[in-house]
Amino acid sequence: MSRRIAIFGATSSIARAIADRLAADDPATRLALCARDVDEAERLAADLRIRHGAKAVALPFNATDFDSHGPLLDACAERLGGPLDGVILCHGIGGGGPEDQAAAERDPAFARAIIDTNYTASVCLLNLAAERLEAATNGREGGGGRGGRGGFLCAVSSVAGDRGRPSNFIYGSSKAALNAYLEGLRARLARKGIAVITIKPGFVDTAATWGLLRGGPLVADPQKVGVDVVRAIRRGSAVVYTPRFWRLIMAIIRAIPRPVFHRMKL
Amino acid sequence: MPRFRPLDLASWGNCPIHPCLAARPEKVRDLSAILADATIPSVISRGLGRSYGDAALNRDAGVVLHERLNRFLAFDPETGVLECEAGVSFADLISVFLPRGWFPPVTPGTRFVTLGGALAADVHGKNHHVDGSFSEFVEEFTLLTGSGRILRCSRTENPEAFYATIGGMGLTGMVISLRLRLRRVESAFIAADYRRARHLDEALELFTSATAGHAAFDSMRYCVAWLDCLARGGSLGRCVLMGGEHAAASVVPARFQGRPLEFPLRSTRTLPPVIPNGALNALTVRAFNAVYYRANRDGSRVIPFDSFFYPLDAFSHWNRLYGPRGFQQYQVVVPPENSRRALVRLLEELTASRRGSFLAVLKSMGRPSEGVIGFAMPGWTLAVDLPNAPGLDDFLRRLDDIVLEHGGRRYLAKDASLSREHFERMYLRHAEFKRTLAALDPEGRISSSMARRLGLDHSAASTAPPSPSSHAAGAPA
Repeated sequence: MSRRIAIFGATSSIARAIADRLAADDPATRLALCARDVDEAERLAADLRIRHGAKAVALPFNATDFDSHGPLLDACAERLGGPLDGVILCHGIGGGGPEDQAAAERDPAFARAIIDTNYTASVCLLNLAAERLEAATNGREGGGGRGGRGGFLCAVSSVAGDRGRPSNFIYGSSKAALNAYLEGLRARLARKGIAVITIKPGFVDTAATWGLLRGGPLVADPQKVGVDVVRAIRRGSAVVYTPRFWRLIMAIIRAIPRPVFHRMKL
Repeated sequence: MPRFRPLDLASWGNCPIHPCLAARPEKVRDLSAILADATIPSVISRGLGRSYGDAALNRDAGVVLHERLNRFLAFDPETGVLECEAGVSFADLISVFLPRGWFPPVTPGTRFVTLGGALAADVHGKNHHVDGSFSEFVEEFTLLTGSGRILRCSRTENPEAFYATIGGMGLTGMVISLRLRLRRVESAFIAADYRRARHLDEALELFTSATAGHAAFDSMRYCVAWLDCLARGGSLGRCVLMGGEHAAASVVPARFQGRPLEFPLRSTRTLPPVIPNGALNALTVRAFNAVYYRANRDGSRVIPFDSFFYPLDAFSHWNRLYGPRGFQQYQVVVPPENSRRALVRLLEELTASRRGSFLAVLKSMGRPSEGVIGFAMPGWTLAVDLPNAPGLDDFLRRLDDIVLEHGGRRYLAKDASLSREHFERMYLRHAEFKRTLAALDPEGRISSSMARRLGLDHSAASTAPPSPSSHAAGAPA
């Protein structure tokens, strides 16, 4: 069975790892790589075609051009030869820690861009994608079923959404809003067998974090995140921390009493 | 805008270690942004850091890590021409293309080298005497020059930049992608031949002439000798010759019959992070060498490609063997007419110095490199690993003098100590190379620790007086 999957923000390190894993697991996978920099997306698509023999195409995507989302989703389906089985959102900005936080505090336009890109665009895209998956599910024999057989919607969020911290709370709040949205959407689509998957990566060794993190055991390789995401899709998981130990770390951070939290540098 | 991160970098020899500012771009256009960043004095491209010395270091300046610019861009299964980004490694290439019956046309002794690095060093393999160096299979590449232009370079388009980039140690700019002709193979195995030689003369004889019951080793596509450089006197140059050809599908081991291109890579062992200085000394190496010499019996066997081409890749971080002080690899080539005399003198110096070395490799070379400052030339090449220890640079300078005297040269990809004077006398087209650099990069945006050591940093060179006579241009350190 060939699955048709569209990835948005496809040039990010995490998106690349996800696409690579999807294609490696099943060369019959058809991927639409949507990105602002379509030349880069095309290079990644070529790489997937050559490495794995997968079908991969590149399309231009501008997250904050909200009106373009519907036609883009349809264009993805058309290029892949049928209705989409899944959508993965990897686009995002402002994840560069204290540097980006300070910039967003100074510059309202940047703050709004973070929110529009990470949250508003995701809501618009997922609403439209959900509509299309539902339509496809209703058209199918039997529809629904467990394990997201009606398709899936997956969004790469962040552990930063779990508690607002001084170092990144503008970015974090955009992800917190996204998490709440995904929670609601999941509940709505559960009956239809459409899985809604929230991915919460911790520190990942990407272009966005290069030079900000010292490395060490807390910093994950994007490949690791890719493996976890593809497993989550296969299982139709709800909320996945990657690497897994971040569930514990964030539980602790959420449990820190406020007076202590105020004195910590997080 | 890609960020730079302060990193103390070394290459495979673990010496020298220079503080650098490392960027790790993930998009092609990041390369241009990095080049344009005026806060960074200069930049040099770096692949997987498998050169040995300071070629991929840039003290207090930029180093561009190409590891994530490693996309395959196009492949023609009819011709075997692959277009890919310079950050693709031999390991990556082999894992994708060997199962389809394609192999790198020339490969260095480790598969953890990027194709961009292979081009910049114009690497050679065990088939140099037949096929020449790596770049002979490179049809074209795209180069981002220091002035920010993207040039398509081939033997007919921008040929000056093409030939300067081959073996140019990254100093012409950043290679974005290249087109490489792969070799068709029937199996993942090598039909290998082993033969011990009791001394140098016997080795040279076995390489070049047919003997009773055996063709000359040089008649095989792959051929190299592992040499015990502690053996002295009548055993000077004692070695094990290894020859090989890609094995036909019909001769692979029984359990691979019917699926000759499958290759279970050997498991990798990692060496402990700290091995004391001096663990490799004349005594331990002598013992190893003696065992190795006895263990390699004469004869033919079919072995997996990785144990033939990449025996040391089975130990990740094998460079740690030399302790925290690191080591230098010393590789030279000497032209055939002087080779025996030069090799004897070099080996005598090496054995007398008792600077133990595991890995001494001897092989014959064929055509000269096409690169303006390419390494390869017809003759014999000798490579030895030498633990970094007091007096090593002086010792190597003595060897450099011997090499120079015999018309040879030292390999820059392995070098951390060659003097500018020696460089200019070994690489006679250095002035032409510098003129090309100046044309490609008038502001001197591309540089490296090696470039400054060898006087190839033309931003610095432009302030120094031009040197009309290469022989007088020495800058004794």
